[in-house]
Amino acid sequence: MFYRLAGVRHTSYAADRRLWPVPVDRAQVAALIAFALAAPLFLSPLYLGSYLLPWIVWSTAALGLNLLMGWAGQIHLGYAAVMAIGAYGTIHLMRAGLPFELAIIGGGLLSAVIGLVFGFAALRVKGLYLAISTLAMQYLVDWIVSHVQAISGGGQATLQAPAFRVLGLPVAGDVMRYYVALAVCLVVTSFLLNVGRTSFGRALAAVREKDFAAAIVGVDPFYFKLLAFWCSSFIGGIAGAVLAFCYYRAVTPEQFDLDVSIQMVAMVIVGGLGSVIGSYLGAALVLLAPIALNNLVAALAGAGLLPVSEEVLSHIPLILYGGLIVGFLLFEPLGLAKVYDNLRNYFLVWPFRHARR
Amino acid sequence: MDLMYPAELAINGALVGLMYALVALGIVLVFKSSGVANLAQGALAMVGGYVVWWFADALGAPLWAAIPLGIVFMFFFGRGLERLALRRMIGQPVIMVIMLTLGIEILLRGAAPALWGTEMRRLDIGIPQQPIVLGDILINRAYLVGGVVAFVLIGLALMFFNSRQGVMLRAVSDDQTASWAVGIPVERAIGVSWGLAGIAAACAGVLWGSVQGVEWTLSLLLIKALAVAILGGLDSIGGVVLAGIAVGVLENVIPGYVDPLVGGGTRDLVASTVILLTMLVRPFGLFGREDIRRV
Repeated sequence: MFYRLAGVRHTSYAADRRLWPVPVDRAQVAALIAFALAAPLFLSPLYLGSYLLPWIVWSTAALGLNLLMGWAGQIHLGYAAVMAIGAYGTIHLMRAGLPFELAIIGGGLLSAVIGLVFGFAALRVKGLYLAISTLAMQYLVDWIVSHVQAISGGGQATLQAPAFRVLGLPVAGDVMRYYVALAVCLVVTSFLLNVGRTSFGRALAAVREKDFAAAIVGVDPFYFKLLAFWCSSFIGGIAGAVLAFCYYRAVTPEQFDLDVSIQMVAMVIVGGLGSVIGSYLGAALVLLAPIALNNLVAALAGAGLLPVSEEVLSHIPLILYGGLIVGFLLFEPLGLAKVYDNLRNYFLVWPFRHARR
Repeated sequence: MDLMYPAELAINGALVGLMYALVALGIVLVFKSSGVANLAQGALAMVGGYVVWWFADALGAPLWAAIPLGIVFMFFFGRGLERLALRRMIGQPVIMVIMLTLGIEILLRGAAPALWGTEMRRLDIGIPQQPIVLGDILINRAYLVGGVVAFVLIGLALMFFNSRQGVMLRAVSDDQTASWAVGIPVERAIGVSWGLAGIAAACAGVLWGSVQGVEWTLSLLLIKALAVAILGGLDSIGGVVLAGIAVGVLENVIPGYVDPLVGGGTRDLVASTVILLTMLVRPFGLFGREDIRRV
C-alpha cells in the first residue's frame, strides 16, 4: 500500500539500475535530505549541535569503515587511529598555511597512505591475524600521536582547531559547521550508494566472498584489498578532520583512542555490514542509546527507585556497546539494516501478506 | 659495561612474561580446539580477579578456599560463554566470531566494575613486599611466585593434553569433522577448552590482581597476551612459555635503555611491535603450524 509497485517496470537497463526504483523510496530520500537541509531552521541549537551534528559526522566515519568491513570483508580494529591521522594532518596542514579545502584532502590522503600500511598487513594475513595486527597498529599510532611533541604537543595537550573558511565563507557558529559536516556526509553517502554498482564494488564483493575464487576469475585480491584500505582510510581521515573541526573544535589524543575504534566497529555491526542506511542507524543507536539509558538510569536513581552510584553510571556506555555487539551478532547478524528491510518487506505487500516472497 | 642491570631487568621481565603466558594460555587453548580467536581473555582474567576478591573479601571466605572457588566459578563461566554465545556462531564468518569475543570483552570490561565497584581492590595473597637479593640482583617476590605458578600451570596444561580428555581435545584441534566421525563430542570438547581458558583466566587474575590490584586495567593484559600467543604460534602451548619469556624480557629491557632517550612509555609499545613484526616475518609464530594462518 505504502510502496506502490504498480507501474514500476524495468524496460531499460537505466531503469533497472536505478538506485531507488520504487517511488516511495525516492520520496523518502528527498524528504530526508530536505529535513537535513532545513534542520537548522526548526531545531534548537542544542539539538543541532549535540545530537544531529555528531550523528552525521559519526555516520560518515561509520560509512568509511563499512566500506572496508561490509563491502570488502576486511576487519579493522584501528579505525580511530586512522581518523586521528586525518584530524592531526588537517590541523597541521592548516597551520602551515593551506586553505581548509586543501588541508582536509591532504589530511585524508595522509590517512590513506598510513592506512595502506594497515592494509599491507592484510596482504599477508587475514581474519583473526588482521584483527590483531590492526589492534596493534591502533596502539602504535596512539602512542606515537601522544608521545611525539611535534604532532600533538604532548600527551596532555589540546590543539585548538583554527578558524576556517570554506569556499570563501567563514565557518562560524553551529549552523555553518553543521552544513560543512552535512556536505561531506552527503558526498560520502552518494559514493557508497553507488560503489556497489561499479566494477570496483563488484570486485570488492568478490574478494569478500572468497579471495582465491576472485583471483581465479581475474580479480586481483591484493590490489582490491589495498584499494579498499585506501578508500576507507581516506574517508576515515576526512571524517576525523570534520569531527575535529566541526564538532570538537579541538583535538586531543584521547578523542581517538581504542574505545573509539570499538565504538566504530559497534556502529558498523549494529547497523549492518554492507548497508548505507545501516551505518546511519548504527551510528544513531550507538551514540544515542548510552545517552538515553544514562538519562533514564539517572532519573530513576534520582527518584530513588534504582540505587546506583556514579561509578556504575559511568560504565553504562561500555556495557551497552558490548551488549549491543553481542546481542546483534547473536540474534540479528545483519543488524538494524535487516530490521529495516524486514519492515519494508512487510509493508511492501502490506494487506496481502500471502503475496510476500 | 655493568651486566647486573640488564640481568636484573631480564630476570624480572622473564617472570612477568611467564605471567603474561598464563593469560595467553587461555587464548591458545581456545584457538587450538575451535579455531576461534578468544579476544575476551583479558576481561576473563579481570573477572577472575574480581571473583576471587569477592569470595575472599566480600563473602569472607579464607584465601585457600576463595581461590579454588574462583577457579571453579571461572571454569563454569567459560563453559557458559561457549554454550550461550560461541556455539550459536558455529559456521559464521570468522569476522563475526572475532567481533563476538571482542563484544564479550567490552561487555565484561564495563559490567565487572559496575557490579563490583570501580576502585582498586587489593587482593593480598600473602607475598611479602621486600625483594629477594641474589648477589647484586633484586628479584620481585610477587613476580617470582607468579612466574613459578604460571610455569607450573602451563606444565599442567601440557600434561593434561596426554590425558583422555586431552587426547580428545587434540583430536578436535586436528580435524573437527574427523573427530565427529569417530564419535568425539566436538561441542563438549570446545566447551571444555573454554572452561580451561576460564581456569587460566582465574589463575592469571589472582596473580596479576595480587601484583597490581584488581580493577578494570587487568583487561588490558589482552594485548600482551595476544603478543605472546602470536609470537609463540597460536596453537602451541609450549610456544607460549618461550614467547612469554621473550616478550617479558623485551618489555623490561627495552624501556630500561630506551626510555631515558625518548622520555618514557616505550613499555606499552613493545607488545604491539612484537605483534606487527611477527605478522610480517612469520605469521604463524615460532612454533605454530604453518597452515594456521589460513583462518
